[in-house]
Amino acid sequence: MTVTTKRPAAAAAPPQKIKPTFRQRLNVWDVKASPYLYISPFFLLFALVGLFPLIYTFWVSLHEWHLLKGQGEFVGLGNFADVLADRFFWNSLFNTMSIFLLSAIPQLAGALVIAAVLDQNIRAKTFWRMSVLLPYVVTPVAVALIFTNMFNEEHGLINSFLGNFGVDPIMWRTETFPSHVAIASMVNWRWTGYNALILLAAMQAVPRDIYESAALDGAGAVRRFFSITLPSIRPTMIFVVITSTIGGLQIFTEPRLFDPTFAGGPQRQFQTTVLYLWEMAFQRQDFGAASAIAWLLFLIIVLFGVLNLALSRRIASSDGRRQRRRPAAEGKH
Amino acid sequence: MSILERHTTPGQELPAPRRRPALRHRLLGNGLRPGYLTYGLLLAFFIGSAYPLWWSAVVGSRSNEALSLTWPPLFPGGNFWKNVAEVMDTIPFWTALWNSILISSIITVSVVMFSTLAGYAFAKLRFKGNNLLMVAVVATMAIPTQLGIIPLFMLMRTFGWTGEIGAVIVPTLVTAFGVFFMRQYLVDVIPDELIESARMDGANMIKTFWHVALPAARPAMAILSLFTFMSAWTDFLWPLLVLDAGNPTLQTALSQLQSNRYTDYSVVLTGAVLATIPLLILFAAAGKQLISGIMQGAVKG
Repeated sequence: MTVTTKRPAAAAAPPQKIKPTFRQRLNVWDVKASPYLYISPFFLLFALVGLFPLIYTFWVSLHEWHLLKGQGEFVGLGNFADVLADRFFWNSLFNTMSIFLLSAIPQLAGALVIAAVLDQNIRAKTFWRMSVLLPYVVTPVAVALIFTNMFNEEHGLINSFLGNFGVDPIMWRTETFPSHVAIASMVNWRWTGYNALILLAAMQAVPRDIYESAALDGAGAVRRFFSITLPSIRPTMIFVVITSTIGGLQIFTEPRLFDPTFAGGPQRQFQTTVLYLWEMAFQRQDFGAASAIAWLLFLIIVLFGVLNLALSRRIASSDGRRQRRRPAAEGKH
Repeated sequence: MSILERHTTPGQELPAPRRRPALRHRLLGNGLRPGYLTYGLLLAFFIGSAYPLWWSAVVGSRSNEALSLTWPPLFPGGNFWKNVAEVMDTIPFWTALWNSILISSIITVSVVMFSTLAGYAFAKLRFKGNNLLMVAVVATMAIPTQLGIIPLFMLMRTFGWTGEIGAVIVPTLVTAFGVFFMRQYLVDVIPDELIESARMDGANMIKTFWHVALPAARPAMAILSLFTFMSAWTDFLWPLLVLDAGNPTLQTALSQLQSNRYTDYSVVLTGAVLATIPLLILFAAAGKQLISGIMQGAVKG
């Protein structure tokens, strides 16, 4: 490696006293400028459509700003104060959290079970893997339409099925908690198989002889799963949790389509924060307040990211301590 | 495999050194096929994945009355084409399909092209600020660009692009994830010697990229294409904001079916079925690549 990296430098700049030819200068320019040329499309476009909007959102949030009338007077942090005082903001935050928890936890548990089953030496591997991934190719809009139909309160599939067993119809759309369950189940249906495949990849990387020696020591299948599989795939589990957090805090499509007339139900019982942002910007036409919501949501997402990171680092370090203890324990034997 | 299995057949004396694999079989079932419980669970997952789709096909091929039956019907009825005609009357289906194909394709080509270029530069070329700029890329990956929709909307309005599909395409022409993904792939897959020898042979930088990096990058480009196409195809919030009902994408058109004053569920679900068919075809053709892409650690797009 070290030998090869030295070679081009020697070849590119031969110790010459004569003036470099045009061709040589062109070559030097080519070597120096090309990397910047290759990365510039990304940075230029990202500056325009990623960075600028985010910063400009802050500028808008400091003003009275109407969808059609445009920029009004400077109000400082007034919009932030208004939003923080609005109980619908806190309502949306509560709903987002509730739907997020109802989707993240069952999703992780379900994905673990599916991955553990797929990790066995089964026949027709590709078929079963494809079957759990099938929901992923159904778009969120289609998922929302299908599940809205199934969760219909009067004659939806689920209520009429439950009715056959004497269960009273559940008010999936009217009541807060059932509506969160319904929306979370849309997310879960689409993403559980996807996450299971990520976890499966991690499980397959666990060396098989660890399982063997544990089995020789008399550990059963369940014990092996909890003592070997789970600790080994922990980094991947953290990765799955972080990505589903970032996605879960921005949920929009499912609650938007669960009730097409209102933005998140007549009593806003399932209005998520992005839905609240959308309503503020494009129905109440208050861009100033909507931008304040966007920034608050951005801060919340960053906060969650940092929290996740700190948590995973702590888990990792406690893991390291246990590993350090292990040789000592072995020494006692 | 076959040797091991032959040794474990009952009644056969095992030679001493072969004991370990035999024990392994009994303890772990490696090599042995798992039992009914495993396949029962797999079948349950399969039904859970497929049933909502099947249900939408069942309802989509019947009329609304099917929904009021106590025991829901199990099989499709004969109303499918009538419902399809209804969908076509309600929304500009073909325009929407064409728009979705066009938007997703252009975004995919652009993302993959720019990501491969930048990923190659970050992985294999030495230049000032390489590391710092790469950190910037990783940091931007964590920024939810969705939250910039208000200025972006104002920008599109200023350009006069609202209502046109360009407004949907431009904001996603590049992704930080794509750059990161290609960089991670290319850093291992291209030997430095290969680039050097191409340079020695007199290839300039772009020729080296074209003849050395691009062929090596092809598998990763295929996976990135799939995921980029999928996420462009499924996007809903942004097209909903900048496109109008007359010139929608498939997703926003589909949502119009439900927001009509009366909701005919069989028509809505026929629409859902129609919109799912293109991706099912893609899935049948490229499902294996999709799976290996996810298992190689591709992140949600």
